[in-house]
Amino acid sequence: MSVLVFAENWDSKFKKSTYEAISYGSEIAKQAGSSVTAVVIGNVSDDDMKSLGKYGAQKVLSVKNDKLNSLNPSAFASAIVQAAQKENVKVVVLSYTYSGKSVAGRVAVKLKAGLAAGATALPSSVSPFTIRKKCFSGKGLTDVAISSDIKIIGLTPNSFHINTTEGSASIESFSPSFSDADFNSTSKETKKTSGKIALTEAEIVVSAGRGMKGPENWGMIEQLAELLGAATACSKPVADVGWRPHHEHVGQTGITIGPNLYIAIGISGAIQHLAGVNSSKVMVVINTDKEAPFFKAATYGICGDAFEVVPKLIEEVKKFKQQH
Amino acid sequence: MKFLVCISQVPDTTTKITFTPDKKALNAQGVQFIINPYDEIALTRALELKESSGGTVTVINVGQANTEPNLRKALAIGADDAIRVNAEPTDAYFVAFQIAEVAKKNTYDIILTGKESIDYNGGQVPTMLGEFLGVPSVSVATKLDIIGTTATLEREIDGGKEILESKLPFVAGAQKGMAEPRIPNMRGIMTARTKPLVVVEPSACELLSSSAQFDLPAAKGECKMIDPNNVGELVNLLHTEAKVI
Ligand SMILES: Cc1cc2nc3c(=O)[nH]c(=O)nc-3n(C[C@H](O)[C@H](O)[C@H](O)COP(=O)(O)OP(=O)(O)OC[C@H]3O[C@@H](n4cnc5c(N)ncnc54)[C@H](O)[C@@H]3O)c2cc1C
Ligand SMILES: Nc1ncnc2c1ncn2[C@@H]1O[C@H](COP(=O)(O)O)[C@@H](O)[C@H]1O
Repeated sequence: MSVLVFAENWDSKFKKSTYEAISYGSEIAKQAGSSVTAVVIGNVSDDDMKSLGKYGAQKVLSVKNDKLNSLNPSAFASAIVQAAQKENVKVVVLSYTYSGKSVAGRVAVKLKAGLAAGATALPSSVSPFTIRKKCFSGKGLTDVAISSDIKIIGLTPNSFHINTTEGSASIESFSPSFSDADFNSTSKETKKTSGKIALTEAEIVVSAGRGMKGPENWGMIEQLAELLGAATACSKPVADVGWRPHHEHVGQTGITIGPNLYIAIGISGAIQHLAGVNSSKVMVVINTDKEAPFFKAATYGICGDAFEVVPKLIEEVKKFKQQH
Repeated sequence: MKFLVCISQVPDTTTKITFTPDKKALNAQGVQFIINPYDEIALTRALELKESSGGTVTVINVGQANTEPNLRKALAIGADDAIRVNAEPTDAYFVAFQIAEVAKKNTYDIILTGKESIDYNGGQVPTMLGEFLGVPSVSVATKLDIIGTTATLEREIDGGKEILESKLPFVAGAQKGMAEPRIPNMRGIMTARTKPLVVVEPSACELLSSSAQFDLPAAKGECKMIDPNNVGELVNLLHTEAKVI
């Protein structure tokens, strides 16, 4: 059961989710006694491509084409499918990031293959091929059974550990063919959420809600986040009234995240908010109301006024950082 | 301009989810089903564009007869007509295939879906539909404008946003930001009754995947409460017990 992993890069660099996907793919291959090939689309340096060997890839197929420097779902899917066919793989792994999401379905249709969209663990059984994923916005889990010959797995970022071994991958340049229809959309401009840690990738997220009373009070939230190397998030009403930008809104109708640590300050914990954050591994809740529903979902709670607790927390984190 | 908007029905966002004793399905008893919130956004944007530049808005659902009240609701919000493909939606591949079969017979200019359905959270129908139809797809779009035969979209990418141009036809999955959902008014509700709702039978399609079993997530342990005057203890626990800092 040989495996192909789409090793995504952003501005020519791999990220944590790429290493997770390779580690995941190599675990499947190891169990089946087969090998892992990574396909890289874009101008990544040879050294970086070779380094994928450390996570278990034996070979890298490198696709370089000036038309593919920004994400084009149709063309990317063509390249991945041709790589899968060339390597005759039975499993294709993509990390389920925005880019992974926008190509996975196309790969599935082209290969007539079942897709586990948003897998959170290794297959629980190989025959039948079953994979667990979340459903009902984290309120349930389901085992997706894939019956097609080829299986596509979209792996949720931050749900699988990174494995490192010794090793260096060999690089093979690969030139898939494209059709005109692959290029029916063109990127005009990208706007980076500059300088900050992207919410979907952050390991720690500091989030605040209406309990903060007004946008002028976010200084302490940002300070805490910066100290922890965290991204900032907010509840929906806070984004709706413009206290915070929309791209920080997490929940049912916002972004779904699953960091290692989620700190919720002055957020009541409505079911729609929880839907976006209940995959977090550890949750800390700071709220004046001991009946706030968020305490039921939390790992640690402090019942207290954010305006007193957060400054104290900032001091304690500073102390902690001096000692560690 | 002809719009097709894909409507799925999902349990209301406040539903407490439980499964049937054999774990094969959602326990639908007492559950209120609503239009998927992202699909409402898609529908509203289609109606806004129709109002500014003319055209028709068709809504489509792949589902059993019990989805018709929600299709009527979409008509009440302002869609012109509705199509129901009479089949149990098994997976995204099946749904996208059925919608594509209908779309091929009717040449739509713009096909909108939600960015994901809040039941299976796959987010695959827009992408698969794009592939079945051989047209561009944007899976998570926060803005959509049309000038002539070119669409300008804003999409979410990892770590930012991207503006892109696409030729028509195309498929896009609506995310918050594209429009503010509308609620039906009395006139809409009255006229919805007489608008066409056509039922078509599904085309043959292979079954590639299915949900074999459902489970509830493991129950969270008790929340450990920490004295607000002893915040240092929290930092200590996060380091030594939870090992997250
Ligand atoms: C279809 C639908 C979709 C939705 N989607 C989302 C979504 O994606 N994301 C989302 O967040 N919401 C969503 N909502 C809204 C959600 O239901 C809640 O209304 C919202 O999450 C509440 O935000 P909040 O907790 O910031 O505000 P509030 O509910 O007003 O809670 C504020 C909290 O702060 C506490 N507080 C007040 N003062 C202090 C203080 N000094 N120190 C500490 N704590 C304090 C209060 O005790 C309270 O618990 C959705 C709703 C619907 C109907
Ligand atoms: N049964 C269905 N009928 C019509 N459209 C659907 C159906 N299921 C999903 N969709 C559309 O596809 C989008 C993404 O769904 P999914 O891929 O299931 O997350 C939804 O927001 C809907 O617009």
